[in-house]
Amino acid sequence: MDVKNLLSTIQANKRLQAIIVGLYIVVTFASLYLAQKSVIAFLLLLASLLLLYFTSFSNRVKWLVGGLVLVVLLPLAASQGEAYQSYMEVATLVGIYIAMALGLNIVVGLAGLLDLGFVAFFALGSYTYGIFATSQANNFMPFGHYPLSGESFWVFIFIGCLVAALFGVLLGIPVLRVKGDYLAIVTLGFGEIIRIIFNNLDKPVNITNGAMGLASVKPPELFGIQFMYPSQFYYIVLIILIAVIFAVRRLEYSKIGRAWKAVRENEIAAQAMGIHLVRTKLMAFAVGASFSGMMGVVFAAKQTFVDPTSFTLVESITILVMVILGGMGSVPGVILGAAIVTILNLQVLTELTNWLNQLSLSGVIHVPDALSPAKMQRFIFGIILILFALYRPQGLLPAKNPVFDEKDLKDTDSNHPMNTGVHKGGTQHVHLDS
Amino acid sequence: MSLLRLEDINTFYGGIHALKGVTIEVNEGEIVTLIGSNGAGKSTTLKTISGQVKPKSGKILYNGQDITNTPPHITALSGIAHVPEGRRIFPRLTVKENLEMGAFSVKDKKLIAERMERVFHYFPRIKERLHQKGGTMSGGEQQMLAIGRALMMQPKLLMLDEPSMGLAPIIVEQIFEIIKELNDEGMTILLVEQNAFQALQIAHRGYVIQTGEIVMAGLGQELLVNEQVREAYLA
Ligand SMILES: Nc1ncnc2c1ncn2[C@@H]1O[C@H](COP(=O)(O)OP(=O)(O)OP(=O)(O)O)[C@@H](O)[C@H]1O
Ligand SMILES: [Mg+2]
Repeated sequence: MDVKNLLSTIQANKRLQAIIVGLYIVVTFASLYLAQKSVIAFLLLLASLLLLYFTSFSNRVKWLVGGLVLVVLLPLAASQGEAYQSYMEVATLVGIYIAMALGLNIVVGLAGLLDLGFVAFFALGSYTYGIFATSQANNFMPFGHYPLSGESFWVFIFIGCLVAALFGVLLGIPVLRVKGDYLAIVTLGFGEIIRIIFNNLDKPVNITNGAMGLASVKPPELFGIQFMYPSQFYYIVLIILIAVIFAVRRLEYSKIGRAWKAVRENEIAAQAMGIHLVRTKLMAFAVGASFSGMMGVVFAAKQTFVDPTSFTLVESITILVMVILGGMGSVPGVILGAAIVTILNLQVLTELTNWLNQLSLSGVIHVPDALSPAKMQRFIFGIILILFALYRPQGLLPAKNPVFDEKDLKDTDSNHPMNTGVHKGGTQHVHLDS
Repeated sequence: MSLLRLEDINTFYGGIHALKGVTIEVNEGEIVTLIGSNGAGKSTTLKTISGQVKPKSGKILYNGQDITNTPPHITALSGIAHVPEGRRIFPRLTVKENLEMGAFSVKDKKLIAERMERVFHYFPRIKERLHQKGGTMSGGEQQMLAIGRALMMQPKLLMLDEPSMGLAPIIVEQIFEIIKELNDEGMTILLVEQNAFQALQIAHRGYVIQTGEIVMAGLGQELLVNEQVREAYLA
C-alpha cells in the first residue's frame, strides 16, 4: 500500500522524478567511474535509460538525457580502467542486436510474418563488406583492386542495407504463398540455405572462402583515422541505431505501418480495405532485412573476420527471443528485450561461469564443465520462452494502441462533437491470446 | 440503371463447382438479397465479386466496366465494400483504429473525421467504445463495427454477408433498420442472408440460390409469399 502511494506521488511529481533520475545517474556514474571492474555498476548505469523511459518527461527531454548518458557518460565512466574495451564491446553488440531485433519486429511483430531465418540478412551484410574489404574479391572480380580502402566502409553500410533489402524481397516472393507454420518452415530453410551457400561458395569460383572465412577485413577509416576498437565502433553503432529507431517510429504510424498491422490482424479484411497484400508483406521483409544488412556490415568490420558459424539458426532464434521477451510490436519493448538477452549472453552468463570456475578452482564446490552457465544459453532461452508464453505473452513492455493526441482533440473539438468526452490515456492493456 | 451485373459466372474450388452459371443484377439504389441454405454458394458469390476467388468463366460488370479478375484491394478502392462472413474485424486494434482502417486510402483527416461521425450516427454504441480493442467487443458490437468500418470507405455498393448471424433478435432488427436507412440515403446494397424472412422484407428484389444455381428471382414481396420459398426458407 505504501509503495503504491509512493509510486503515485512520484508519478505526479516531475521535479521529484528529475531528482531521482539525476541522482541515480550520478550515483551509478560515480560507481562505475570509481569501481572499474564492477560489471554491476556498468549495467546499472545502462539501466538509467529504462528509468528514464518510465518518467513522464517529454520525448525530447528523454532523448536528450538518454543521448547524454550514451554519448558522454557511459563511455567516460567506463574509460578509466582496463575493462573499458570489453564494456564498449558489450555496448556495441547490444546496439547491433537492438537494430536487428527492431528489424525482425517489423516482420514478426507488426506484419505478423514469422521469420525463423532472419540472421541470413545479417550474414548478407557481413559478407557484402567482408568480400570487398579483403583480397577475396580479386578471385572473381574482373576489374578493380581489392581490398577496397577502409573509407569504402561508409558506402558499404548503404550497400549492405540495399543487398539485404533486395534479398528480403527475393525471399518474400516465393514465401508469400504460404502462411503461418509453413512460412516459419520456409524462412528457416532460407536462413540455412544462405549459410550453407556461404559455407560452400569456395568452388568452382572462390567467392566466400568457404568454411575458412574471410580474415583481416579492413577496418573503417574516416579522415585518416582508423576504427579499430570497440570504443570507436560504439559510436558508429549508436548513430545507425538512432537512425533506425527514428525510421521505425515513423514507419509504425505511417500508412505502410498501418497496413502491416491490418495484414497481421486479418489478411482478408485488410484486402477488403484496399490494402495490397503482396506489396505490404514484401515491404515488411525488405525494411526488416535492411536494418540487419547494415549491422552486418558493421559487424564484419568490427570482428575483422567473417565466417559462416556466426550465422546459425541459434542466432535467428536468439533475435526472435529478444522480440518475444520485449513485446512483439513494441519498439521500447524490443529494445529492452534485445539489451537483456545480449547482456545475459555476453556478461551475466560469462561472469557466472567465471565465478563458478573460481569457486571450483579454490575447491569450494565442483561444477562439471557441461553445466557451466555459458553452455546453458539455449536452455535458458527455452525457459524464458516457455515462461513468457505462459505468463506474459505480451512481453515486458507490451505494444500500446495509440490514444488520442491532445492536439488532435482540440483541432476537431469544435466542429466534431464525436470527440467530446473522450479522455486521454484510454490505452487498453487487455491482451487477446489469439 | 444496373450498377453490378454477374453474367453466367462459374466458380470452382479445386474440383468443387461452387457457382454454376450465376447471373444476377443489382440496380443503383436497390437492396438486393441473395438467400439460400448452407453451402448454396452465397458467400462464394460475394467473394467472386470482390475478387477473393476468381471465376473460371463469366463476366462481372460494375458501373459498366468489366471487373472480372480484379484483385480485392482494387475492387475495394473502386467503391465495393465487402463485409465478409464472421465479421473479421481487427481484434488487437482499437475500435477507432479499426474504423480508420476503413478509410485507409483517404488522406484528408477532416474527411475521415466526418465519415466517422456518420458511423457514430448509425451506431452510437461504437462511439462509446472507441478505445476498446475490437476483439473484446461483443458479437453484436463487432458486427456493427464491421459494418461501420465498411461505411468508412463510403462505398457505392455495400455487400453484407450474413450480418444477422449469431445475433439476438433485437440487434438483428436494429441492423436491418440501419441497412434500410443506408439504402434510403442512396446506398446500393447486396445482402446475403439465411434469415430470409427479414431480408426479403427490406429488399426490393431477391434471388434464391441452391447448390450454386439461381433457382428463383423476383421482387422481395413476391418471394415472401411464394409457396416454394416459404416451404424451404421461411418455415
Ligand atoms: N475455400 C474453399 N475450398 C473448398 N470448398 C469451398 C471453399 N469455400 C467454400 N467451399 C464450398 O463451396 C460451396 C459454397 O460455399 P459458400 O461458402 O459459398 O456457401 P454459403 O452459401 O455461403 O453457405 P453458408 O450459409 O453456410 O455460409 C460449399 O459446398 C463449400 O463447401
Ligand atoms: Mg456463407
